[in-house]
Amino acid sequence: MAAPRTSLRLVAAIWSGSTRGIHGLGGAAAPEGSQKKGKTLLQFLSDHFYDVEFLREYLLQRQMLKVHQENRFQNKEWIRPDERGRFPLEFSEFPGVPVEAVDASGCAINYDGLDNVLLLKELRSLSLRRCPNVDDWCLSHLHPLANSLQELSLAGCPHVSERGLACLHHLQNLRRLDISDLPAVSNPGLTRILVEEMLPNCEVVGADWAQGLNSEPEEQPQDRASPVHV
Amino acid sequence: MLRRALRLGGGRGLVTRGPGSRGGGSTPGKDWDGKVSEIKKKIQSILPGGAWNPLYDTSHLPPEHSDVVIVGGGVLGLSVAYWLKKLEKRRGAIRVLVVERDHTYSQASTVLSIGGIHQQFSVPENIQLSLFSASFLRNINEYLAVVDAPPLDLQFNPLGYLLLASEKGAATMESNVRVQRQEGAKVCLMSPEQLRNKFPWINTEGVALASYGMENEGWFDPWCLLQGLRRKVQSMGVLFCQGEVTRFVSSSNHMKTTSGTEVTLKRIYEVHVKMDHSLEYQPVECAIVINAAGAWSGQVAELAGIGKGPPGTLQGTRLPVEPRKRYVYLWHCPQGPGLEAPLVTDISGAYFRREGLGNNYLGGLSPPEEEEPDPGNLEVDYGFFQDKVWPPLAQRVPAFETLKVRSAWAGYNDYNTFDQNGVVGPHPLVVNMYFAAGFSGHGLQQAPGVGRAVAEMVLEGHFQTIDLSPFLFSRFYLGEKIQEQVII
Repeated sequence: MAAPRTSLRLVAAIWSGSTRGIHGLGGAAAPEGSQKKGKTLLQFLSDHFYDVEFLREYLLQRQMLKVHQENRFQNKEWIRPDERGRFPLEFSEFPGVPVEAVDASGCAINYDGLDNVLLLKELRSLSLRRCPNVDDWCLSHLHPLANSLQELSLAGCPHVSERGLACLHHLQNLRRLDISDLPAVSNPGLTRILVEEMLPNCEVVGADWAQGLNSEPEEQPQDRASPVHV
Repeated sequence: MLRRALRLGGGRGLVTRGPGSRGGGSTPGKDWDGKVSEIKKKIQSILPGGAWNPLYDTSHLPPEHSDVVIVGGGVLGLSVAYWLKKLEKRRGAIRVLVVERDHTYSQASTVLSIGGIHQQFSVPENIQLSLFSASFLRNINEYLAVVDAPPLDLQFNPLGYLLLASEKGAATMESNVRVQRQEGAKVCLMSPEQLRNKFPWINTEGVALASYGMENEGWFDPWCLLQGLRRKVQSMGVLFCQGEVTRFVSSSNHMKTTSGTEVTLKRIYEVHVKMDHSLEYQPVECAIVINAAGAWSGQVAELAGIGKGPPGTLQGTRLPVEPRKRYVYLWHCPQGPGLEAPLVTDISGAYFRREGLGNNYLGGLSPPEEEEPDPGNLEVDYGFFQDKVWPPLAQRVPAFETLKVRSAWAGYNDYNTFDQNGVVGPHPLVVNMYFAAGFSGHGLQQAPGVGRAVAEMVLEGHFQTIDLSPFLFSRFYLGEKIQEQVII
């Protein structure tokens, strides 16, 4: 079959119930206020009985194991292109077609799960938006894609910080990088400037230069220039 | 407390004859009145509400019995405690006590370290230990998860190490990288031209080859790791005590080897732990002692009698670990290397890395043998930076010609004078003392792996995951050095 070289867009299925944090049971990720108010029965009991503490630790381990199992399961049936969740029939006829784009937004992929993405040697675009388990270690793991990766999106990943962004310097072919809404980055404006210096051919979107600067009071003289353009 | 009990004669004699009531030909009547008032005072103090209390608080003392006593509460000691509790066969099977002299960790090597981790060694076991530590740190929130506690953020910076070599050292570097890649480390070799393309701020004069770690290498916050281990280990039931080990009491067993020579095997059965600023001590009965005292492991080993014997024999072989002082300087350089700068180690031995987003850098240099500073205190010598550290760094990175030193600190390196690699495992003669010390500057990065190895040795009797038999104590007596091939 002389099928044209179509680029396959791979979208992971939205696992609605699965992106619960590892510490969801303990409620530790919740801010201080809600932790005090909404104490669950197990939390209350564990303060008073040692065995309940053991039970909670056991449940915690189970939850963490679940994250691993989801990734492994996904690695076998990683591709779910249809919104309806079904394989298109033509898919099995394209085993040799190189994958050019992967969209893993919102799914629980972690460091070990990315091993499968790294096998795709001609990957051009990778989208890791809102992935709760993608952190700085995962970004350092992306260096094998340096020759082909041109677009990377990390918008909304809660555990990515400027240290992970620094190790994207291996990806010299990157043309578009989206770093919007990264809560763990301490100084988004300065980070954007430094990342742009690091990757001169890349367009960095998502972080405003003035973000992180204190807003100037009204009495400043009018001839003060707007935020510095490098 | 104790002093009060002693003052009252330990509860024995309540009525003590004071010096004033003796002597002088006072009438019996007057004498009797004095005695009565004294007796009244004593009776009042015993009654509830009084000053005398025969039962006093010992909550600051360690327990009287403990299966394992770990001397030293730094990252290595806590790592051994963690793995002992993790690998024990039944929950609560082993009682572990960690004795740490300084609960503020003001002189501990762990917290004064720059926190680097790399796999660029030449000894395969070192590479395996570092690889395991990298995966431990990567999954730290699974290993050290405590219910209800927030997850740990190690602030890991995965930027890698860049080692530079001159013509002389290029062959060594190539063979080292081959070994590293065999073990699974992701290291690549770079020529001077590739170096210039990748890091334009390097002056490649004199550099023939460079090895660059792509993954699993970088630096992190050692204090966070220490606190995470401490928290987890406390939740697993390990007991902590702040005190100093002053004495080991051991029993001896005279035996004959198969060839007929006499050998004395010792077992430590009691550890005396002395409290701070006090003469009070607690004898802790124990089965196993782990020496993880870092820079002071040599002194702790001497307490156990290791090295007391005619030189050249096994009894006379000391633990060759001593404290060495190392300086770390923090400076600001506005035009310095950018965000992608790895930890660069120059041919001269000087190293530096970036710290934070604000163009601050920290670095230092290991001085040559003859110029070792005095390890008596942790004061910093800024002249060392001017004379020895700045020139090679400024030559390698021209931007560093203008810099301003912000601050500096000094820390101890538990330096193994024999071969600069760690000592792990039991002592052949003092059979229940296990070592986990002497790592000479890479203890922090190998702590998880070493902790697991020592725990396996204690619980199973042999190494299971990583075979650290080349690191046993007996190599000091047999003269078998495992030395890193240093790249010049």
